Amino acid sequence: MNIVVLAKQVPDPEAIVGIRGDGTGLEIEPKFATNLFDEFALEEALRLREKHGGKVKVITLGGGKATEVLRTGIAMGADEALLLDDPAFFDGDGYATALALSRAIQREPFDLVLCGKQATDDDRSEVGPMVAQLLNLPHVGGITKLDIADGKATAESPVEGGKAVVEVPLPAVFTAQKGLNEARVPLITGVMKAMKAQIPKVTPNELGLSTEEIGKAGSKVRIEQYLPPKKRAGVHFIPGDAGEAAAEAVRILVDEVRVI
Amino acid sequence: MPEEKLDAVIVGGGLAGLAAAYRLAEAGKQVLLLERGDAPGSKNVTGGRIYVEPLRTFLPSIIDEAPFERHVVREMITVLDEESSVQLEYAQDGWRKQPYMSYTVLRARFDQWFSEKVMEKGGFVIPNRKVDDLLWEDGRVAGVKAGGEQIGAHIVIAADGALSFMAEKAGLREPLKPANYALAIKEVHKLDEKCIEERFGLDVGEGAANLFVGALTKGMFGGGFLYTNQDTLSLGIVVGIDALMHKQPQIEAYRLMDDFKARPEVARWIRGGELKEYAAHVISEAGISGISKLYTAGMLVAGDAAGFALNMGITVRGMEFAIASGVIAAGVAVDALNKGDVSKEYLAEYEKRLRASFVLRDMETFRHSKEVLENPRLFTVYPKFLSSLFNVLFSVSGTPKKGLYKSARAVAKEYILNWEGMKDFWSLRKL
Repeated sequence: MNIVVLAKQVPDPEAIVGIRGDGTGLEIEPKFATNLFDEFALEEALRLREKHGGKVKVITLGGGKATEVLRTGIAMGADEALLLDDPAFFDGDGYATALALSRAIQREPFDLVLCGKQATDDDRSEVGPMVAQLLNLPHVGGITKLDIADGKATAESPVEGGKAVVEVPLPAVFTAQKGLNEARVPLITGVMKAMKAQIPKVTPNELGLSTEEIGKAGSKVRIEQYLPPKKRAGVHFIPGDAGEAAAEAVRILVDEVRVI
Repeated sequence: MPEEKLDAVIVGGGLAGLAAAYRLAEAGKQVLLLERGDAPGSKNVTGGRIYVEPLRTFLPSIIDEAPFERHVVREMITVLDEESSVQLEYAQDGWRKQPYMSYTVLRARFDQWFSEKVMEKGGFVIPNRKVDDLLWEDGRVAGVKAGGEQIGAHIVIAADGALSFMAEKAGLREPLKPANYALAIKEVHKLDEKCIEERFGLDVGEGAANLFVGALTKGMFGGGFLYTNQDTLSLGIVVGIDALMHKQPQIEAYRLMDDFKARPEVARWIRGGELKEYAAHVISEAGISGISKLYTAGMLVAGDAAGFALNMGITVRGMEFAIASGVIAAGVAVDALNKGDVSKEYLAEYEKRLRASFVLRDMETFRHSKEVLENPRLFTVYPKFLSSLFNVLFSVSGTPKKGLYKSARAVAKEYILNWEGMKDFWSLRKL
């Protein structure tokens, strides 16, 4: 069974994120981590391979440290990796990213696509379902269990007050969420292998895509501006003894803030 | 037992481990460094200053390119009594010219940079890995166990810090004694670069160091330090663990730090700063009498793990010893690997080379410094003497002033011109 995992390197949950002065972008402390939900996807893919044989390929889109997610995948046990790091791919919306990834997936026959239900950086949950749409495949979102038998997949995903059990024919796309599994810690020997691994790359041209169709140019959504959340007003302490302070608090509520 | 063996596994991504890994990788050996923290540097703490001169011959390229903070051009010593202080300042034009003698340094930045250099040379640095035990084969160390995994290696270099469990597991060191260690607490305060330069009277890129001794440790062995980084100040105290344990009434270490920061002599430097980091660490204070056995078949011990740290009173050193011992360990390891001989007999070469280097030479020279520095009178009587002396000299009151010599002699008589003082003076010859 050929399993493809889409994974993304995201800012570390502890990284400091701020808005660039002119509001056109974000300034993110350069600390990175594998998207938590993609780790579940990777783990599930490896477990399926251990059970059914075949191979696991990890694909990511991004520059710089993005490669690290592929190395993490290899360290955990993935057989192959593919990197889309042409700058033309960058700064796209969910659609442009899904388009590029779906073409990359199609380069070889596959039985299953797994990815996280969302990336923990922009939390938009778009790429998985859009990839399914672009590949014209069934999609099951936010799964917590996955079984494969006889060319069919049975997946579970939580719904309000219970869970849905869904059966779909393969190939299909599944997005993983917490509860699906516990991701393994890569072996030291695995990490060493991953550090040495040559990561193959693919260009837009090789995917049959023009630079107009992908990245920022191919996006259907444009971000106008980033705005900071409203600052909470500072806490105002009222000094004095309890009785006087309470009276003052009432005066402020009635006369100044006028909420009473 | 794993079939394939790496050339070398290094336990611990501090300066000793990184220096050893760098040299081994440079020599074309397959080397793996395992670090417990999120990245090399994340768990490493220094007060803040590295003396680079002794290291130029050991790791010239690293020392020349390293992301240090500021080169130190101004040295200050502040002797604190409970309510007064005497400050001495020494500056030298020569220190303002290259090559600089010492730099302030923040380990999170420096060690991470260093580990990237190791990887550029082809070494493997893997963080988030705790080494649990050593692997043995025919009575010699043959690798490590980490998280259920066995990693075979022809040679293991233990560079796992002041509380080295590897050295203990290999039977190279006695269990730890509190008397051999001090506790260091450090805070990093953020201040604007310009503000630091103005406040300390520095030019761009220049740094200052301030040591504090006296009432801040409340009679216990130890002292305080302050170093200027690019846009932060490193401020902290060091206090003997044994002294802290036996202090009556008991005092929590953080209280010492809070009281220290509240002193005007300290508050003036950090005013307006923002506390960014808080760290604590253990320092070996035992000197040469506290160093472990340095090698056994298949294993070498380097840096703090071996006890290579030296408090010479006015200068406190550890990082140079760590780097130098790491480099020397790597040199011996490379020779041993090339010869295919990692026996205890061959690895004795490590100690021989350390003895020929400044590492064990300096530690030998300062063999007795701990005895001198542990004298509680250094932290009580002498600061009081200095303070009282200057108080007499500087004060003007309503009553007629006595002659300066007479006043000074009276103060000296009260504090130091006695049998104890003579003994202390005599003990200084050991330094």
